[in-house]
Amino acid sequence: MKKLKSPGELAALQAEIRAGRDPKKPCITICAGTGCLAYGTQKIIECFRQEIDKQHLQDRVQLRTSGCHGFCERGPMVVIHPQKIFYQRIKAEDVPDIISKTVLAGEIIDRLSYVDPATKQKIVYEHDVPFYKRQTRYVLGMNGDIDPACIDDYLAIGGYSGLSKALSGMKPEAVIEEVKKANLRGRGGGGFPTGWKWESTRKAAGEPKYIICNADEGDPGAYMDRSLLEGNPHLVLEGMLIGAYAIGSSQGYIYVRNEYPLAVHNITLAIEKAREVGLLGENILGSGFSFDIKINRGGGAFVCGESSALFASIEGRSGEPRAKYVHATDQGLYNKPTNLNNVETWGNVPLIINRGADWYASIGTANSTGTKIFSLVGKINNTGLVEVPMGITLREIVYDIGGGIPNGRKFKAVQTGGPSGGCIPEQFLDMPVDFDELAKIGSMMGSGGMIVMDDRTCMVDVANYFLKFLEEESCGKCTPCREGVLQMRLILDRICEGQGKEEDINTLEWMGQAIIDGSLCALGGSAPNPVLTTIKYFRDEYEAHIKHKKCPAGVCKALITYSVDAEKCTGCHACARVCPTQAATGEKKKTHVVDLGKCIKCGACFEACKFDAIKIL
Amino acid sequence: MSDTVTLKINGRTITASAGSTLLAAAQSANIYIPNLCSNEELTPYGACRLCMVEIAHGKRTRMVASCIYEVAEGLEVQTVTERILNVRKLVIELLLARNPYHPRLLKISHELGVQASRFKEDVKGCILCGQCVRTCREVVGVAAIGFKGRGRTRTVATPFDKAPADCIACGSCAYICPVKVIPLEDKNNVRTIWKTEFPMAVCKKCGRPFAPEKQLAYFRKIANLPENHFDTCIQCR
Ligand SMILES: Cc1cc2nc3c(=O)[nH]c(=O)nc-3n(C[C@H](O)[C@H](O)[C@H](O)COP(=O)(O)O)c2cc1C
Ligand code: FES
Repeated sequence: MKKLKSPGELAALQAEIRAGRDPKKPCITICAGTGCLAYGTQKIIECFRQEIDKQHLQDRVQLRTSGCHGFCERGPMVVIHPQKIFYQRIKAEDVPDIISKTVLAGEIIDRLSYVDPATKQKIVYEHDVPFYKRQTRYVLGMNGDIDPACIDDYLAIGGYSGLSKALSGMKPEAVIEEVKKANLRGRGGGGFPTGWKWESTRKAAGEPKYIICNADEGDPGAYMDRSLLEGNPHLVLEGMLIGAYAIGSSQGYIYVRNEYPLAVHNITLAIEKAREVGLLGENILGSGFSFDIKINRGGGAFVCGESSALFASIEGRSGEPRAKYVHATDQGLYNKPTNLNNVETWGNVPLIINRGADWYASIGTANSTGTKIFSLVGKINNTGLVEVPMGITLREIVYDIGGGIPNGRKFKAVQTGGPSGGCIPEQFLDMPVDFDELAKIGSMMGSGGMIVMDDRTCMVDVANYFLKFLEEESCGKCTPCREGVLQMRLILDRICEGQGKEEDINTLEWMGQAIIDGSLCALGGSAPNPVLTTIKYFRDEYEAHIKHKKCPAGVCKALITYSVDAEKCTGCHACARVCPTQAATGEKKKTHVVDLGKCIKCGACFEACKFDAIKIL
Repeated sequence: MSDTVTLKINGRTITASAGSTLLAAAQSANIYIPNLCSNEELTPYGACRLCMVEIAHGKRTRMVASCIYEVAEGLEVQTVTERILNVRKLVIELLLARNPYHPRLLKISHELGVQASRFKEDVKGCILCGQCVRTCREVVGVAAIGFKGRGRTRTVATPFDKAPADCIACGSCAYICPVKVIPLEDKNNVRTIWKTEFPMAVCKKCGRPFAPEKQLAYFRKIANLPENHFDTCIQCR
């Protein structure tokens, strides 16, 4: 391919690609994100290829492998364009039917359609699926229209127009002004205003200036950055190009964790393609602006996502945060002015330049504009990636998009902000979700993890779980984080084992504040949050553990006993069959019993009983 | 640019040389700030967090490590507030759980009014202040030891826990250690450090062992000295 030498040539190429495509031609889009690949999508893709060959449909039907669509729980899935017919949990055997019936004859295959668990209604089209319907998918939504290995797909939907607009007529300062006016805030956790950071880096003394894309994504369960890099790598590149132009940087880095092989593969390919057509390298689109990107593969430590640790890691030193009281925008990577932004932050930039700051700022709330991608997991019917406008309520996310709590259980809390976020109780379900509101109640946006918990979740146990993660991820350099988080966890362990002491709650609160105040980096500086927020909102649960030696949610093994409710027991023997220690026994059709002497509290009987006859006390 | 700045520590106006740390400025004004990982000869590290102080930051205040934070014109610093004392008390209690006996730690805990640690003891001795690692690298110039592991498993160790190839047995690490937990033994003309034996050079005049052979070889090499330069000990020279 020949190199593009001007914005005009880019526009011509986009038009040429579009002209060569028939919008009415059936296109089977199959999600090949990491989530769906884990369900065996690769085999299904092969089947589609073979079937298309077998029926000689190469010219009539297009097959596109795309990145993550977000509704990972329902994979493997396909969307058949142009109608956008949505099939989920498909198998290789379904492939011939999909082609013959749906693609060629327009028939809907009922068994592959999605059934809304709430209404039991069959849903044919992707845009009618409640999970998608209530979202605002400006950033992630493009994934479905793009084969990440195909730069033409991105160009066909107007890709790189934002860059072209910036380079043809906008001064770097004007680009920064636009990002400031849009009020874009960093999606990597802190919510720092992006435009200000760009401006500081631009104005800082020192050359060269670096820009970095933070794709370390260490939060357990979060994968929005992976999905963007995998599914739409050119979007991230375009954002970085616009940023580099605005900041005056000629060298960028993408720091991506090693556990993301597909993301690394797709972004590498995208960089090569962009170089080939002259969108990376020297004199981009004839503007005189030159920029290139290197990929750095991180070792996968959570703390390497922290800015100073990330710089150390790129420089080849061990990924430990440094206590430095100068801004990275002045002295970052190799002590040069450096602008670090998260993947999703970069992904928002082309939208702002393309559609303007006013349009962008009209989405969301006054101080948190645009959309945010959350990874919705836990005790919720629809799990996956959801993109919503800032300011949406938690209730809308949990009930309208997430479809509520499974098995008719009660909502108890939602944890936002990743491992060091906070647990938000029911009373705040109608609170708008944005940077400031979340911070007000002791939680945070973080990178967008959202874990829903039901009434069978013990909040002390939850706090303990997150603390354990953070304890293991602490680099160990500073005392409060290394020793303090460990000691807090040991206290929680004790409480869960029924050895809690009266003064523990006060001690935990005191330690939590001192760890926040004393830690070297934000890992320790936020690590006590799960404990502090659960104490704040679920204090009675801590007290039940400590004073009454009870776990109200029935989770902490040392504090519960299993017994049989004689009224409900039908004598079906299901409990006895699964009990590994013969503690649950009884004659068929007669009330069973649990021998507490033999019971190891594995909970197998509880899970096995269909009549709710096993009680946890 | 003037090479001194004026700042306020605990309300007192103090002049300090530009580029110095808050800790150094406070110390030269006889204002005491406890510290464990700081050492004037070494790069600031800021890990023990005992030296935390509060600086005015707009309407709010901000906690910073005084061993790293540099003085600035007009800066207002407090070295003893409740917030600071809480951090220091926590730190010393946590360190006492690793090392409940060293006088230096006991002295600091006494100053802070901490009687004993409430935390579960796991005696390791080493408080991970990193002075040994930095001394070896920055002063001696060999980097024979480093940190291993992360979080609670972090230790100071030799590469792969083997006999350290670069170690010259100078003993600077053991000397600098504020809580004296690096074993060093000289016996029968052999120095044992980092579980490795190093033969000592014997003075050709008085016959006494005076320094590890490896250390002398290292000095001869970096200073370009003749092979027989360290034949005799300092006293006999
Ligand atoms: C322990 C720790 C881990 C972090 N991990 C990430 C990460 O995985 N990805 C990320 O973008 N930011 C992470 N951050 C935040 C970064 O330090 C930094 O604020 C962010 O990348 C800036 O980009 P933004 O302004 O676009 O949000 C982490 C911070 C801490 C303290
Ligand atoms: S002396 Fe400053 S952190 Fe240790």
